[in-house]
Amino acid sequence: MAHRALRIIAAALVGGVLSACTTEPATTGTTGKGSSDGKLVLGFAQVGAESGWRTANTKSVREAAEKAGITLKFSDAQQKQENQIKAIRTFIQQKVDVIAFSPVVESGWDTVLKEAKNAGIPVILTDRAVDSQDTSLYRTFLGSDFVKEGQEAGKWLVKEYEGTSEPVNVVELQGTTGSAPANDRKAGFADVIKGDPKFKVVASQTGDFTRAKGKEVMQAFLKSHEDIDVLYAHNDDMALGAIQAIEEAGKKPGVDIKVISVDGIKDAFVAMQEKKINVVVECNPLLGGQLMELAKKVVAGESVPRRVEVKEGVFTQDEAAAALPGRQY
Amino acid sequence: MTPPDDTGVGGRPARAPGARQLTEHRLFWPAAVLAALLLGNVALTHDFLAVRVQNGHLYGSLIDILQFGAPLILVSLGMTLVIATRGIDLSVGSTVAIAGALACEHIATAKDPGSLPTVMSAIALAVGVAAAIGLLNGFLVARLGVQPIVATLVLMVAGRGVAQLITDGQIISVSSSAYKMIGGGYWLTLPFAVLLAAALVAVTSLVTRRTALGMLIESVGGNPVASRLVGIRAAGLLVMVYVVSAVCAAVAGLMISSNVSSADGNNAGLWIELDAILAVVIGGTALTGGRFSLGGTVLGALIIQTLSTTIYTLGVPPETTLVFKALVVIVVCLVQSPAFRARLSRRRRATAPDRAPAAGDVGARQQEVHP
Repeated sequence: MAHRALRIIAAALVGGVLSACTTEPATTGTTGKGSSDGKLVLGFAQVGAESGWRTANTKSVREAAEKAGITLKFSDAQQKQENQIKAIRTFIQQKVDVIAFSPVVESGWDTVLKEAKNAGIPVILTDRAVDSQDTSLYRTFLGSDFVKEGQEAGKWLVKEYEGTSEPVNVVELQGTTGSAPANDRKAGFADVIKGDPKFKVVASQTGDFTRAKGKEVMQAFLKSHEDIDVLYAHNDDMALGAIQAIEEAGKKPGVDIKVISVDGIKDAFVAMQEKKINVVVECNPLLGGQLMELAKKVVAGESVPRRVEVKEGVFTQDEAAAALPGRQY
Repeated sequence: MTPPDDTGVGGRPARAPGARQLTEHRLFWPAAVLAALLLGNVALTHDFLAVRVQNGHLYGSLIDILQFGAPLILVSLGMTLVIATRGIDLSVGSTVAIAGALACEHIATAKDPGSLPTVMSAIALAVGVAAAIGLLNGFLVARLGVQPIVATLVLMVAGRGVAQLITDGQIISVSSSAYKMIGGGYWLTLPFAVLLAAALVAVTSLVTRRTALGMLIESVGGNPVASRLVGIRAAGLLVMVYVVSAVCAAVAGLMISSNVSSADGNNAGLWIELDAILAVVIGGTALTGGRFSLGGTVLGALIIQTLSTTIYTLGVPPETTLVFKALVVIVVCLVQSPAFRARLSRRRRATAPDRAPAAGDVGARQQEVHP
């Protein structure tokens, strides 16, 4: 009997742990009673806290809301779509003025977005898109253009090797296979360099957006390809891992092998200052300010463009030192 | 119940000499697969096996395989013992992440990140917490009778959250040459991680094979009821194997984070539990518990790592990587299956009836002993 009771307790504990992963939207503003005090109320359903980039994204939204005098109801979906749908339904019940969210996945949003539409609450997508056929379900999409980021990386490469006709061997570290940033950054880059036959991508493998994999794959590249001129990494973490591999192979990153990276995290700027990365194409998570502007416009009934791009830059070694102190993530 | 295994490491019957004896050795097929993978690489990349000295240490694809394989070998080592008791430990991937996060967080916040005492206390902290994780798993399994897959699932899910909590969702970078030694340093021209893994494998195999411990573990996994009746205290053994598994995972976590000088709570050791289980199975230890083979596990882990390196070297497109891996693993498992080999040799005999009958008959009869 005692054993049986203990087993039930253990099972309850397991259930408790698993269900504790879902969180109810919590009010972080001064009041939880809708817009009774005249303040605009924004319900924001975040993906989760899976990376430093995402944490910076969350922080930016929180700070911008406070600065703009907008009451923020924030929900963390822990990378699960059902949590996010639940959070959006709660926002609808609480009658917020506007809902913003970064969809965990692309599909399966029609029902809940229709509920929001019927309740007359405008929806703004941030950072990631949905593949819904009915475009009236959301007002605008604020986020980075990953294809453009790939193109920027390609443009830098073309400019760097302007005037030479020698072949340039490029190796590519792709992001997680099938993810939108990986697909688009690859496509954008290939699109720009295909115009010149001297550029040749000799190897392209996934590094899963992580430092450990980036290093492991780069180490294999260095052994199977004698003359690598350029490394193009789909994010900074993979580039930072690969730099270690290049150094261990007795070569100088940034000189013997030029390094192009995307994202713009602080560590990458440090590496750029040390001349180990040549160029970083920014993928900016700090979209809070732009989001608050859009939210105000949408609620006021003003027209907004269907697609708003986040302000992003391209940073080279010369600008790294100046930009480093201002990097927030 | 495990079937009577007449191909054990120690007690091989001296029935047939020469080649047959060799193919009957339980390590033969994993070793053959590993050799085939390496030879396949040499055929496609001619200097694949070339090792040269670079910056005072050995440098080459083989060294890479050993270095990146070291964490997997360690995790699989602990997993082998757990599986031998008819259990499974799904929490090792999270333990890898927690250990790396704890050590890096400790070093990053220390006043003197490069000093040996700081690194030593970081290691002690990581290993200590891992031991506590192992104790919890062991307690759930041995004392509360929770099924191992459920008991360790708790920490597999929650543990990664704990790692993220420690790192605050960020990737923590450390610059400590002493810490870098564990996973990325070299000693006597060899990667330190490889030496460390080899030492731990040697100690584990000594302790399990030179004392009765290994046999006790096998008997608990093979037949819990019978071993209870002969007076083996299963609970203590169970707790012990989960602690060993967690500690092995912690050392692997230190290696992984040290190699890239950073801790990534989200991705460190992600899915390594599945690779480890695969390594154990490829190495010839059955998931049903009982007989285990540490040598087979080491070969299994090396096969998996060689496969990854092969994929990078050959340039298999990322979209087809998983299919390629799956095909190789299926082939490996089929080659290892006595039932499959028996069927294959029977078919071969049917198509070539004039083949010398004696040897084939012995083979078929012998192989049919296996399930």
